[in-house]
Amino acid sequence: MNHSLTQAFWTLLRRDLLLTYRNRAQAINPLLFFVLVIVLFPFGVGPDATLLKAMAPGVIWVAALLSALLSLESIFRSDFDDGFLEQLVLSPHSLSALVLAKVFAHWMISGFPLLVVAPLLGVFLGMQGESIEVLVITLLIGTPVLSLIGAIGVALTVGLRQGGVILALLVFPLYIPVLIFATNAVQMAESGFSVTAQLSILAALFLLSLALAPLPAAAALKMSLS
Amino acid sequence: MSTNYSLEFKNLQCIRDSRTLFSELNMTVLPNQALILEGDNGSGKTSLLRILCGIRSPDHGEVTWCQQPIKNSSSGFFEEMLYIGHLDGIKRDLTVEENLKVCMGLGKPSEIGISKALDQVGLYGYEDVRSQVLSAGQRRRVALASLLIRHAVLWVLDEPFTALDKTSRAVFENIMNQHVRQGGMIVVTSHHPVQLSAAEVITINLSEQ
Repeated sequence: MNHSLTQAFWTLLRRDLLLTYRNRAQAINPLLFFVLVIVLFPFGVGPDATLLKAMAPGVIWVAALLSALLSLESIFRSDFDDGFLEQLVLSPHSLSALVLAKVFAHWMISGFPLLVVAPLLGVFLGMQGESIEVLVITLLIGTPVLSLIGAIGVALTVGLRQGGVILALLVFPLYIPVLIFATNAVQMAESGFSVTAQLSILAALFLLSLALAPLPAAAALKMSLS
Repeated sequence: MSTNYSLEFKNLQCIRDSRTLFSELNMTVLPNQALILEGDNGSGKTSLLRILCGIRSPDHGEVTWCQQPIKNSSSGFFEEMLYIGHLDGIKRDLTVEENLKVCMGLGKPSEIGISKALDQVGLYGYEDVRSQVLSAGQRRRVALASLLIRHAVLWVLDEPFTALDKTSRAVFENIMNQHVRQGGMIVVTSHHPVQLSAAEVITINLSEQ
């Protein structure tokens, strides 16, 4: 990375975080959704502790997936509407690097807060010690994948007026591997097995999407604008 | 600024919804020149501008910068081009200065600082004002200030005078003249006659194509 690209990266990241701060009320929605879904679950299925404990990893991860989907559009939507995206595409810097800055900002806003509240919600559903630790690790590796893959979907659908449904259809099949390996890791940890394999696969998914997602996302943005 | 920059387009054709907007359009723009695009509504002015600055691909023909296709990164086109479209890309929730800082961070800063640029467009003292409370004309002027704070040879402007009052029109024409005098080039669409005394003006009327 040369100096000015680094500068552009941080400028963009700071801008997105500042914008979120100015719009705090809206930015907190995905987190609120995540907490509400999980808190409401025991009311729906009843106070059976073993049942809740068995379902906890799945419930938490599905809630994380849905809350990511809820906030995905915000990566590019408002910039598309007010013309800032044109300026990004026409900037002399590599668009994929700038896309990465926006995805990173999105993760810090929508993914990172989940990591902070997840242990509490885990305890609330009856999870214990090590499995909570593994839950947080899977969220740490898994939620960036959701943002990265989601960016491709949003870039493809941002030009459409009613892109929401298509976005969900595009993105969810790609989220399923993350869901399977993450919940499996937590369940295995609960039963006392080693989870190295699942975590390695999650890490591979993360590195793969980190390397490969910005390119198609940048290409899709250019297509959405023309 | 070096004088060997050139923007050239050959045999350009643009088709929208199976309607040919223009075809076989050829032109070369050199430093100290300004290309003014005229034409009725829907004649393809904005489409041509978006093709020239690389957002859209032409259906036929090509656009070159210094004899190289603009999409080649070696042509250096995007380092030397600034585009202001219908939408100004200004975030309502950021202050004027924050917006301009983002513009500056994305490109190559010029020697003109933010406060000096704002002074030139008549917005001195508005640095810390949220863009939300600016009028349409004032927002337009912020967008124009973003041209001044970055270094570029070519300005591509889509209806830059929209929402500007008479005084700011004159001020901005002045800025454009100054840019051309320093060896810059401008491609602009406008419904109103543009006074560019410093430039060698080329006009294309798309309605006559």
